[in-house]
Amino acid sequence: MPTHDQVPEGSAPVESTDPGRIVLDSQDVTRALTRIAHEILERNKSAEDLVLLGLPTRGVPLAKRIAEKILAVEGTSVPVGELDVTMYRDDLKSHPTRSPHKTVVPAGGIDGKTVVLVDDVLYSGRTIRAALDALSDLGRPAVVRLAVLVDRGHRELPIRADHVGKNLPSARTERVSVRLAETDGPDCADEVRIATSIEGGRGA
Amino acid sequence: MSDKTLIKGARILGAEAADILVENGVITAVGAGAGADSTGAVVVEAAGLIALPGFVDLHTHLRQPGREDAETILSGSQAAAVGGYTAVLAMANTNPVTDTAEAAERVLDLGVAAGYVDVQPVGAVTKGLEGHELAELGLMARSRAAVRVFSDDGKCVHDARVMRRALEYVKAFGGVVSQHAQDPSLAPYGSACCHEGEISGQLGLPGWPGIAEEVIVARDVMLARHTGSRVHIAHVSTAGSVEVVRWAKSQGIDVTCEVTPHHLILTTDELLGYDPTYKVNPPLRPAEDVQALRAALADGTIDAVATDHAPHAKHDKDHAFVDAAFGMLGLETALSVVVTTMVETGLLDWAGVARVLSVNPARIAGLDGHGLEIAVGAPANLTLVDPSAKVTVDRDASVSLSRNNPWHGRELTGAVHATFLRGKATVMEGKLV
Amino acid sequence: MKKHLLSIDDVTVDDIHALFETAAEMHDVQRRDVKKLPALRGKTVINLFFEDSTRTRSSFEIAGKWLSADVINLSAKGSSTSKGESLRDTVLTVTAMGIDGLVMRHSASGAAQQVAGWLRQESSTIPVINAGDGTHEHPTQALLDAYTLTRRLGSLEGRHIAIVGDLTHSRVFRSGVKCLTKLGAEVTVVAPPTLMPSGITAWSKDAGFATSYDVDAVLPTADAVMMLRVQKERMSGGYFPTAREYTVGYGLTRSRLGLLKEGTPILHPGPMNRGLEIAPEAADAASSAVLDQVSAGVAIRMSVLYHLLAGPSAAATTGE
Repeated sequence: MPTHDQVPEGSAPVESTDPGRIVLDSQDVTRALTRIAHEILERNKSAEDLVLLGLPTRGVPLAKRIAEKILAVEGTSVPVGELDVTMYRDDLKSHPTRSPHKTVVPAGGIDGKTVVLVDDVLYSGRTIRAALDALSDLGRPAVVRLAVLVDRGHRELPIRADHVGKNLPSARTERVSVRLAETDGPDCADEVRIATSIEGGRGA
Repeated sequence: MSDKTLIKGARILGAEAADILVENGVITAVGAGAGADSTGAVVVEAAGLIALPGFVDLHTHLRQPGREDAETILSGSQAAAVGGYTAVLAMANTNPVTDTAEAAERVLDLGVAAGYVDVQPVGAVTKGLEGHELAELGLMARSRAAVRVFSDDGKCVHDARVMRRALEYVKAFGGVVSQHAQDPSLAPYGSACCHEGEISGQLGLPGWPGIAEEVIVARDVMLARHTGSRVHIAHVSTAGSVEVVRWAKSQGIDVTCEVTPHHLILTTDELLGYDPTYKVNPPLRPAEDVQALRAALADGTIDAVATDHAPHAKHDKDHAFVDAAFGMLGLETALSVVVTTMVETGLLDWAGVARVLSVNPARIAGLDGHGLEIAVGAPANLTLVDPSAKVTVDRDASVSLSRNNPWHGRELTGAVHATFLRGKATVMEGKLV
Repeated sequence: MKKHLLSIDDVTVDDIHALFETAAEMHDVQRRDVKKLPALRGKTVINLFFEDSTRTRSSFEIAGKWLSADVINLSAKGSSTSKGESLRDTVLTVTAMGIDGLVMRHSASGAAQQVAGWLRQESSTIPVINAGDGTHEHPTQALLDAYTLTRRLGSLEGRHIAIVGDLTHSRVFRSGVKCLTKLGAEVTVVAPPTLMPSGITAWSKDAGFATSYDVDAVLPTADAVMMLRVQKERMSGGYFPTAREYTVGYGLTRSRLGLLKEGTPILHPGPMNRGLEIAPEAADAASSAVLDQVSAGVAIRMSVLYHLLAGPSAAATTGE
């Protein structure tokens, strides 16, 4: 099932013989996140009633970075939470069972708020479908939006992102991997890479 | 079938090859020249085989009457023959219990009808095996079945008063009480299911300790001394029991005892899988006991190997370990176990095998036609053994009706090639005739 | 993780940590308004109880339901088995209904292991979770106890934990000591000699825990105390003379509380015999973890059900 809209969670991107090419370097990532932060503010008119929920693993640091940028621009501290979707995935049966990640709802809750889901790569859309289900068990936001660093296409569900760092046309056989200092080690420069992949890259 | 058989080139008790001529069920010539006049004889090529007197099992459960789904006198007799036996003692714990002359004669008659081995009934010591009142020991002894061995096996004659009277009473007709030594107050019926020790402690299985056997063995040898009677201890299973018996024999007390094949190999380690196949009474004991039993069998403290062949229907074993039935099959594999544990290890020679599987049990049971020297004039109750055959036991190949076979999948050495009951081959090339 | 959870022997230290990690998330879910997670939607779990146990059964039932499984309670006590049906037949009948998981409680030690063996013979891939087998093991209880202690004490490495009570008849002890020593704890088990399992002085050495008859000598250095239930019927078995004598010798009495270090967690698997093995002052002490154990029980069982049932059927994974 091609539901590989993110790299294997909790592990470094799979080593493949093809190192691939960098499509976003560290500066590009920063620029993209700055732009997303601005777009979110513009769309919401202000930082009022905003909540950012990062999807583990890499959505979480991305959400925190966006919040920092909003703070820099607006002077307002936007609550950031974490939303794990493991138990809501529709592909639980086809992968070895993983421990779920944390779900952290900010103190103010999500009821009536504008919740922006943040993830690194948007692919089939199945993770976001799971996230919407998980969200509805936690409360009832006024609005839910989606921000992603990369949209690589190949959607399998009627889902689209509101804020996209970079649209990255890719083949299904290719593999898109995101590395961030927070998740992949302090020595790791932020980057987004695309490479030809081993079939069924996730969990390889 | 001809009534003349020539067994050619067998090594009698492991000695030099010799011929054995059998006519009308009796051995008529033994030695190098025995086959000189073999005209009209069926010739059995026995080169490389060991000839032994036919085996006698002091302890067989044939389940008939009562549980003919698990075993019958016919199927059990067949299993015995395949195992090299020419006589078995059928335990009394059937339903109804063999506690009357009529019941004993019925077992005898069914054995004769089956025709594979001599089936000699064991009589119950107490009515209904209940341990309270003596069964009609004298009437069973006077019956056509001429019962000489009495046992409440499966249960212990635990009341010292009853045991004393039984020992005294059977003296009148040369009987012997075969005691299942197990003090019920140390081994509660119904819950205890294995040896109490390190493994049962870890597995949380309720067990009973070796001492539950040993206190009864000690009591009964003292009772035997006091009454001047003969006592036989069934299936001794601990080093402590062996010590007591060794002491008692040194004191001249008239005591004999037997060990089962399974207690010569299998240990409490088998409990780890909770497989009820290994649930047996007396329970499998630790390796130290196994070593002591082998040594005692080798030095003669233990007189006989007796199978305690205890067939059970599958559905009586497919329970939780504590709820499953006690017992395991043994007739067809006994020789192989004895060869593997005692001959291969140098503890017994072939004369020793004959002693523990045939001569001593026949003497203990008072069976005149069995356990005799292979010599002219003796009834031709004979077993031919292939001493070096490697056998991988397959429970589905058994002629027993039951499959509770602890030897399944194990490789053993030594196999029964042929069995002759009064000259008639009951088994040839390992198969029933 | 192995396919079944029959014994603590079936889980590695890594497995235990993974189970705890998931349990922590499940614990958070218990505080939500909507407690259901869809992870086991469409799966059917049977709680097959051959022995009464309201607590454990309800705990598994809630755990399964919060994971959206269909949970069916089957009390086999007094039903087919007493009519003489073999355990094998009973279990194969139940599993033939097309279920996805079997949670099983039986009064006989080893029953769960036997059942797993029979299912293997039938090429069944249904995982079996042992919810207590006789006096053998109760692995989810051990996991929830260790989890409760981890939340109180942090890492159990080098921590001294006392287990006090009827060890002979305790599956909680047998699983617990395995689990705690796996996690690096130093365990001392305390009981009168008559309630020490057979051969324990020998096998405790291999298993890496200590034994004692003297509860007063053990309590002062304990970082946690687990009291075990003592069944009053043991008195008729001659294990100890009277309840009063047991309490004086081995109970966690009010005066013994003073031997404990400040804040030492007190655990009890329940149901408690107040006044026998545990004084009310101990059961209700601020440091008592008894109610934490109950809520941890649901979280741990959700975690176990999730790890054993959510993934691909065991036939497709490695390990057995």
